[in-house]
Amino acid sequence: MYSYLLPEFTIERSEDKCIRCRVCERQCANKVHEYDEDLNKIFSSNELCVGCQRCVALCPTNALYVHPRVYDYRPNSSWTRDKVQNLKKQAETGGVILTGSGNDKPYRIYWDHLVLNASQVTNPSIDPLREPMELKTFLGRKPDTLEITFEEGKASLKSQLNPNVPIKTPLVFSAMSYGAISYQAYKSLAMAAKEFGTLFNTGEGGLPEHMREEFGGNAIVQCASGRFGVDSDYLNSAQIIEIKIGQGAKPGIGGHLPGEKVSANIAETRMIPMGTDALSPAPQHDIYSIEDLSMLIYALKEATNYEKPVSVKIAAVHNVAAIASGIVRAGADIVAIDGIRGGTGAAPLATRDNVGIPMELALAAVDKRLREEGIRHKCSVLAAGGIRCSADAIKAIALGADAVYIGTAALVAMGCTLCHKCYTGKCNWGICTQDPFLTKRLNPEITSQKLVNLLKGWSHEIQEMLGGMGINAIESLRGNREHLRGVGLEEWELNVLGVKGAGE
Amino acid sequence: MLVQKHFESDRFIPDKEMDACGLFGVMNTKGEKFGGSMAINAIKNMKVRGSGLGGGFAIYGLYPEYKEYYALHIMYQNKNLDAKRRVEAFLKEHFYVVYDEEIPTNPDVALFFPPIVWRYYVAPQKKSEDQAIPDDEYVVTRVMYLNTNVDDAYVFSSGKDVGVFKGVGFPEEIADYFMLDKLYQGYIWTVHSRFPTNTPGWWGGAHPFNILDWTVVHNGEISSYGTNRRYLEMHNYYCTLHTDTEVLAYAVDLLMRRQNLPIEIVSKIFAPPMWDAIEQMNENDKKLFTALRMTYAPLLMNGPFTVIIAHHNEMIGLTDRIRLRPITAGAKGDFVFLSSEEASIRAVCPDLEIAWTPPGGEPVVVRMNSQDHLLSVKKSI
Ligand code: SF4
Ligand code: SF4
Repeated sequence: MYSYLLPEFTIERSEDKCIRCRVCERQCANKVHEYDEDLNKIFSSNELCVGCQRCVALCPTNALYVHPRVYDYRPNSSWTRDKVQNLKKQAETGGVILTGSGNDKPYRIYWDHLVLNASQVTNPSIDPLREPMELKTFLGRKPDTLEITFEEGKASLKSQLNPNVPIKTPLVFSAMSYGAISYQAYKSLAMAAKEFGTLFNTGEGGLPEHMREEFGGNAIVQCASGRFGVDSDYLNSAQIIEIKIGQGAKPGIGGHLPGEKVSANIAETRMIPMGTDALSPAPQHDIYSIEDLSMLIYALKEATNYEKPVSVKIAAVHNVAAIASGIVRAGADIVAIDGIRGGTGAAPLATRDNVGIPMELALAAVDKRLREEGIRHKCSVLAAGGIRCSADAIKAIALGADAVYIGTAALVAMGCTLCHKCYTGKCNWGICTQDPFLTKRLNPEITSQKLVNLLKGWSHEIQEMLGGMGINAIESLRGNREHLRGVGLEEWELNVLGVKGAGE
Repeated sequence: MLVQKHFESDRFIPDKEMDACGLFGVMNTKGEKFGGSMAINAIKNMKVRGSGLGGGFAIYGLYPEYKEYYALHIMYQNKNLDAKRRVEAFLKEHFYVVYDEEIPTNPDVALFFPPIVWRYYVAPQKKSEDQAIPDDEYVVTRVMYLNTNVDDAYVFSSGKDVGVFKGVGFPEEIADYFMLDKLYQGYIWTVHSRFPTNTPGWWGGAHPFNILDWTVVHNGEISSYGTNRRYLEMHNYYCTLHTDTEVLAYAVDLLMRRQNLPIEIVSKIFAPPMWDAIEQMNENDKKLFTALRMTYAPLLMNGPFTVIIAHHNEMIGLTDRIRLRPITAGAKGDFVFLSSEEASIRAVCPDLEIAWTPPGGEPVVVRMNSQDHLLSVKKSI
């Protein structure tokens, strides 16, 4: 334990309410609470608490109150508490400060500065409870034109189409690997995607063999730098194959699943020996250029008989538009862009908080570039990183996304409280851990329903907002920036977003 | 193909204009020509649908003696003779001009700042490097060049044996001004009366909208405008008028002229069936309609619209997929009518044999020497 570090949270227990049931003690994997039999009293070690609120939520008498401890040092706008505390930690270890989840720094969240349009007078709004309101979306490459033949006045399709995957709602679960998250959490995502008719993403941890038949039809499988779990059967079991180049939470760096987490099942799924560290290199070592990427794209297409769209996921970095255009020209059918607020199981804090650009700007730039080059229809664009609610999702679509990836929002639906300690393996909510005592807290039957509810609720909200704009099919909003206006944005930001200011 | 006006950001693209309108079309399916009285009186009957800020006519079979030549109707705003000189220099360089004249107007009709309107009958004069370009493509490119590059000049129409007359005023005033009823005959007449909600009219902004022999009159507000416009830009159509009609006209040009799709298919792109309905179709249709919706998703025209599209030998009426702006069709003998309102058809043809209102997304296709328009009667409401 670090010396001289101040606790980040304060735990208050109403002694008169506490019934000494010891639930809190059992629930906290950080061993904050401890029961003293002699005194018949629960003691808490504040310095161990990460503020995950598990004990608070489960205390049967509401005796607990865990809240962030105020800034105890002399107030200082430059030397904030986390800067000071991190320095102290580093002074003791010389290590890299790790963190989990997504960037919590106050970069501008553009979603909160964009407002949507609605119909008044000149065109009618449409009530989604009375009229069809279509959210069906296709992911993949679209042709320039269709060839249609007529026989006795009957039209038939002659063109051969590139593979496209239909989803019932433009919401897709983003990449979270088995290993980074628990089997229960992973399976919940798969079950929810299947039930609702959308997709989940296996991340780079493989897809357990016994799940392939049942959930392959709703899976995006990743082929990442570590190539964990990749074989022909894995690729062919899925709907979409995604080459992971980068991740919004940690652009430019790889991943590291510590050996302690590599249990027998994970080892089998990832195709590595049990207990060994699973190291994902920073780059894919067979991709040092766009030509190399093209070769991998076509290798994967060959391996799957050109029956599956291939996606390439990149972190939103400075020249993301040019990169995306190269990716489409290299043959990708889908481009996924992960912004600076994207989540992770573990990343160096310095990288997570400082590398990359906001997804909203990246998305607008990519959509514009692809249109200018006349290749926007040759790929679908998936936007990821910091989509918190249906309004964010619909704004992303108006900015040009075909669909959005939701990661953190799905975790929150499963119980996550954003304590940012995913990398410790002690997730009290059973999501980001492999400890069977913790993972059994998630019951996929129940958790998957929460995820289905999330998809359902968001979809309804998207339908309401679409109807308000007088639009009854989601494709008519895609890239339709006329339906967005900016509030409180600088001139250059409006220009990059390609959106007029409110009242303009 | 067309000329792009470069905007540094989408933010600087002007707002689109909004309008509500009345429209009417009549065609003789035997190709017999008739005067303008039906079109003029029908649109007069729908006076409340216009506001006197825009009206216009398209007439097919207009110039039989020059039907081998592209007939360019060009207006010069503010009586700008310098614009006229520039346009004529350009025409001389790129076309053979076989005849030109000022379009005659009635001096007794006072309208809002009338421009000079001139017509030129031309044939392409291609340089050796242009030989491979089809005539139509060649003409479209030149017309777009004029529209985007010469201030105060605007090409009303550019087809063969067809012409557009339009301006700021009620359509019957425009008809009087150009003396349509006295001077011209055609086998298709379409007419439009405009009610702009957010801009004062200008002569070029009135309907019909034309490319080559295609004309479009339209009523409605397309909520998918931004999506449609961006898709068309990818195919080198740059919207200079910022109206829904322009988007529809370009989409018609892309799909029907360049991609050669028949209106029966194109209507299912503009106003596709619901996914629920596609689910119920037979395998062949399911495959076709899924591919159409998937591929042409950006050309779905979402929101209320009625449109009358015409080109030689064909006049088509279509309304949006949930019929927010209905269209009515009627027929008597060889005459087929399309209109915003049934009353205006009956006003000019009291002994109509049949009148019907097709459902959303179901085109009424009026073809020369055919009864195809009756196909939509069965499905009518
Ligand atoms: S870490 Fe979580 S469970 Fe443990 S004491 Fe803190 S809030 Fe409670
Ligand atoms: S869970 Fe609540 S009631 Fe039970 S021991 Fe802890 S504080 Fe007391």
